[in-house]
Amino acid sequence: MIEVRDLHKAFGAVKAVDGVGFTARDGEITGLLGPNGAGKTTTLRMLYTLMEPDSGQVLVDGIDAAVDPLAVRRTLGVLPDARGLYKRLTARENIEYFARLQGIDGATLRTRHEALVDALEMRDILDRRTEGFSQGQRVKTAIARALIHDPRNVILDEPTNGLDVMATRGLRRFMQQLKDEGRCVLFSSHIMQEVAALCDRIVVIARGRVVADETPDALRAQTGETNLEDAFVKIIGSEEGLAA
Amino acid sequence: MSAIPSKVRRPGAMLTVFLKEVRENLRDRRTLTSAFLTGPLLGPLIFVMLVSMQVNRELNKADQPLHVPVVGAQYAPNLVDALKEGGIVPDAPVADPGKAVHQQDADVVLRIAADYGKAWRKGEPVQVELFYDSSRRDTGGAVERVSRLVETYARQQGAMRLVARGLSPGTAWPVQVARRDQATPQSRAVLMFAMLPYFFVITLFMGGMYLAIDLTAGERERQSLEPLFANPVARWKILVGKLAAICAFSLASLAITLLAFAVVGRFIPAEKLGMELDLGWHFAGTVLLLMLPLVLLLAALQTLVAAFAKSYREAQTYLSLLLMVPLIPSALLAFLPIKAQAWMYAVPLLGQNLGIMQQLRGDGVSGEQLLLCLAGTLAAALVAMGITAQLYRSEKLAISG
Repeated sequence: MIEVRDLHKAFGAVKAVDGVGFTARDGEITGLLGPNGAGKTTTLRMLYTLMEPDSGQVLVDGIDAAVDPLAVRRTLGVLPDARGLYKRLTARENIEYFARLQGIDGATLRTRHEALVDALEMRDILDRRTEGFSQGQRVKTAIARALIHDPRNVILDEPTNGLDVMATRGLRRFMQQLKDEGRCVLFSSHIMQEVAALCDRIVVIARGRVVADETPDALRAQTGETNLEDAFVKIIGSEEGLAA
Repeated sequence: MSAIPSKVRRPGAMLTVFLKEVRENLRDRRTLTSAFLTGPLLGPLIFVMLVSMQVNRELNKADQPLHVPVVGAQYAPNLVDALKEGGIVPDAPVADPGKAVHQQDADVVLRIAADYGKAWRKGEPVQVELFYDSSRRDTGGAVERVSRLVETYARQQGAMRLVARGLSPGTAWPVQVARRDQATPQSRAVLMFAMLPYFFVITLFMGGMYLAIDLTAGERERQSLEPLFANPVARWKILVGKLAAICAFSLASLAITLLAFAVVGRFIPAEKLGMELDLGWHFAGTVLLLMLPLVLLLAALQTLVAAFAKSYREAQTYLSLLLMVPLIPSALLAFLPIKAQAWMYAVPLLGQNLGIMQQLRGDGVSGEQLLLCLAGTLAAALVAMGITAQLYRSEKLAISG
């Protein structure tokens, strides 16, 4: 479970995150929805302790990120906005590198590795060097290495960015599976349909603030719009940065 | 879904980073070529070529007849004969001796005045003029040879005149200089090999440079630094692993260079110049030891610079500038003859430079000097590592674009 309380982060005079708070529960998919530049990535970066908030608190499974960032990182699987692979290593070597950094190897690594490779349908690319991988193959590898330590909480920053339809569908199935395994899945997106199709809960962020935190149905009811896209536009108050 | 992986973290995080960086870079042809081929071997190759050329030129000059245009040879046949005996071949006179030397048509020109014969017979001092250009270093030997022959001839003739007047030749030269050259065959070599320490530093630098760039600026540019930092490993441990990989490559580079020098050292015809050059195992071992803390210092500095840069290219530019720094002590020692003080050994680069020269000179490095050199450079390396670690902790480091 990820609990975020009143996060603030400014870069110079720009308030990137200005009071964000929400809870992402186990066994649920929580969507962080907002236009480009709303503060989604900065919020997530504070969750996985890459950045330190100016104020506010992040709790992951009850552990305070400011107190014990290493323990927090151990319970998180993160697909960051930046998802570069080591192109002179094979997909397998990329995954094993992160596994060792997480402190797992041997039998645990093998079991986990097999499960992920099957779930992500990436057996055919395992022993190829990642140079020349397609966008979809790259994302699969990046997700596999992020989840190799079997984390209870999964953070995905715009996971479907740049993927084609087939790859996107595959990824959505995978996220459903993570949820069914009882994990807490938190992902960000600026794409309406994706969030609507997947999420148990939608947190809408605009200009660094949470403007709504509801189930998809409640969101529709609250705005009086049957169409979620219209509801979204109504909530953030403009069509700025909205992509379909 | 297991619980949180074991709380006791295995000691392997640094080792894991080190092994991965080494493996990845062993697969990069450019890094390999630079670290194990062009970097360490180009130096010895250039060096041998330069030294051999120099040696052969010196040898040729000493043995071969020297062609010197002589203006007015007909006025002083005896002098010209004496010169011929000394291995000088008088060439046809040139119209303008000054111009001939200036345009490098001749190394040195001798001019004998028309009244030479008349003055000689009267027993008056006569003048012969030597035209040369002292800024042309390579002609120094020729000028020296001609002027010594002329002076010897003059001295002989003077002595004969004194004897003819019943005087001892010694009266004319009350003081005589006896030269006692204290140069040893090894110390003569030092002059020629003053740039050798620079070669070693360059090799170290080049051996680690691509890794240093790749492991920080490159990794950020390829957007893999952010996922790396999402792992539960303290950043300083990641940094230590990366530094170790850089050090491993630059050390390997240095070892190859030392090996190459040990081999080609046998083919440098130094003894023909009355020099002795020992680039063998003992020398290699001493250099390696002196360089050890410098390996760490350079790795930390390179990483520091690469972390400052916004991109791979920028890092490359900065590092090429950093490459100029080790040139300073070498150039200083080559052009300004400084007497080494104890504290100088504690200065990074300068200490290594002095130590290596000392070893070449055949004097050996004393325990105190070695200790100062190692301690001074190690202290600098630790400071550089501390600053780099500090920089590694910054939020901006991981974020690309």
